[in-house]
Amino acid sequence: MARNTNESSVLFDEPGPKGKRRIRIANWIGALVVAVVVVLILMRLHNPPDGENQLDWQLWKPALDSEAWTDFYLPGLWMTLKAAVLAVVGSVLFGLIFGIGRLLPNVAVRAVSGVIVEFCRAVPVLMFMIFFWRFFSFAGIESAAYWAVVLGLILYNGSVVAELVRSGVGNLPGGQREASLALGLTTTQSLMQVEVPQAVYAMLPAAVTQLVVVLKDTALGSIIMYTDLLQESRRLGSMYFNILQTLVVAGVVYFIVCALLSKLAEWLPSRMQQRTAAPAEPEPVAPIAIMDASNVNQIAVAKEVDEDRYGGVPRQYHAHHRGTNASVRHWRQTRYEQGYDSTQPDSERQPERHVPPLPNLRPHPHGEGHKADGHNGERKDGHQSE
Amino acid sequence: MNEFVQLFSQYNVPGAFLVNIELTLWSALFSLILGVILLMMRISPISSLRAVAGGYVEFFKNMPLTIIMVFMVLGAFAQLKLTFSDTFATNFFWLAVTGLSLYTAAFVCESLRSGINTVPLGQAEAARALGLNFMQSATHVILPQAFRGSVAPLGNTLIALLKNSTVAAAASVATETSSLMSEMIEFHANSIVGIFLIFAFGYVILIIPIGALTTVLSNKLAVRR
Repeated sequence: MARNTNESSVLFDEPGPKGKRRIRIANWIGALVVAVVVVLILMRLHNPPDGENQLDWQLWKPALDSEAWTDFYLPGLWMTLKAAVLAVVGSVLFGLIFGIGRLLPNVAVRAVSGVIVEFCRAVPVLMFMIFFWRFFSFAGIESAAYWAVVLGLILYNGSVVAELVRSGVGNLPGGQREASLALGLTTTQSLMQVEVPQAVYAMLPAAVTQLVVVLKDTALGSIIMYTDLLQESRRLGSMYFNILQTLVVAGVVYFIVCALLSKLAEWLPSRMQQRTAAPAEPEPVAPIAIMDASNVNQIAVAKEVDEDRYGGVPRQYHAHHRGTNASVRHWRQTRYEQGYDSTQPDSERQPERHVPPLPNLRPHPHGEGHKADGHNGERKDGHQSE
Repeated sequence: MNEFVQLFSQYNVPGAFLVNIELTLWSALFSLILGVILLMMRISPISSLRAVAGGYVEFFKNMPLTIIMVFMVLGAFAQLKLTFSDTFATNFFWLAVTGLSLYTAAFVCESLRSGINTVPLGQAEAARALGLNFMQSATHVILPQAFRGSVAPLGNTLIALLKNSTVAAAASVATETSSLMSEMIEFHANSIVGIFLIFAFGYVILIIPIGALTTVLSNKLAVRR
């Protein structure tokens, strides 16, 4: 049997015949428990206390027939996708503008972009949506809910993308910037023409993962009466009093779309890695916590252990220490103090070694005569251990 | 200025934030317990438990929180008659806590798993060499170090949970911040920007300390290797 390649196999020995038998028994028990739980849930659905049989085809039919799809689910899904796609395009633009803003040499631009990004990351998306929805309604804009959903998603996810751009530039090898400066480009030109384009490729997989988040968050639109998939399934459910069934169908649709996008995000890094010198990461690890550059580094370092799990040589340079670069001055302040980068001597942390001098317990009987013969140390040790 | 004083006296804004904090703390407690159980299942030698926990995490990672909250109220409560309390407000509160806990547990499990990856192979090997079985090596050696290594992602999850607690509006919790903001805007339309900024800065003020504490703790607690 091949060894498992996930972290689980670290915790226990490869089971022998006895262990395998026990695991088989435990598996049967586990499967039995799951089956019992499923049966209990189905029984509860079949015969809920003072309610009707939820497994009745009378309730499922209106949730599944062709009219339900053409009149409710598909238009709802279209609205969901419409909002999600526009929100993703907008948040990439927002992220590029403010991510680059946080990297520019001008202090004022950096500070303003930083405040905006941190603010948008801290405020719940639903708050933005409710605010814009009311605001647009008062301003008399048509389809206020749609623009509120899109704008709310752009502000939050755009700030996430801004952090991805920043960490993408931070992870580029320092040679990229040094080479462009040596060619006579200014700092800003080097940023715009050399570093950011590569950072964009590095962040694309994470942006696709963010697309899943956007798609999930469009469902918040149903709270502000946006007619997305969730809202449409609620409407259909309230017509036939089968909201449970229509919600299950909507949930399955959401799950399928999100799972497909997640798979795309897992596949993308290998493609994107060919186009950039920075590591193309499938997951946006930077964002959620505020002012958290060190968190990125910790998670990146955590993932390194995964790579050389089975007897590889430990990596000499950590993921975030790839040499000097545009923003390393800022990243270094929050670096994860685990390893050091030999290309940056000042990041080196010498372990403090206190080797106490050997105590001279008794006067050496013939010390003077042996001092020059090169075996002094050994002789001395020998004497003292007697 | 006068208007703000009036708004604050008319509406209980700190009370609304308190509801969100209560939602967050209860859900954090339950999702931490459930998340640890899921993690233990996910790293156990029994493949059926691994599959169940993996499926659970995959399910909730790809499911919008809003649909779970709506399901808790319209599906679980209205159609399946799942009730926690006779008073409506308390009942909806606990339904929202259930939904949030179920959802967040998947992310807690993932955070802890990234913490397990920070524990070097040698630690587990040493534990096995000492003759500890799976439960012993997990509870005495691996998990304590994994917790220390996963402070940062867990802090991120807590911040996301606090922000997600506004989605309790979808579970008919009418006293929490997003519902209150909606209500306030409805009746005081001309100070809409001010009302939004009150709530927005409320969240900024709540979240900055959590983020700062997370960063400090994760540096302090990380096992130096």
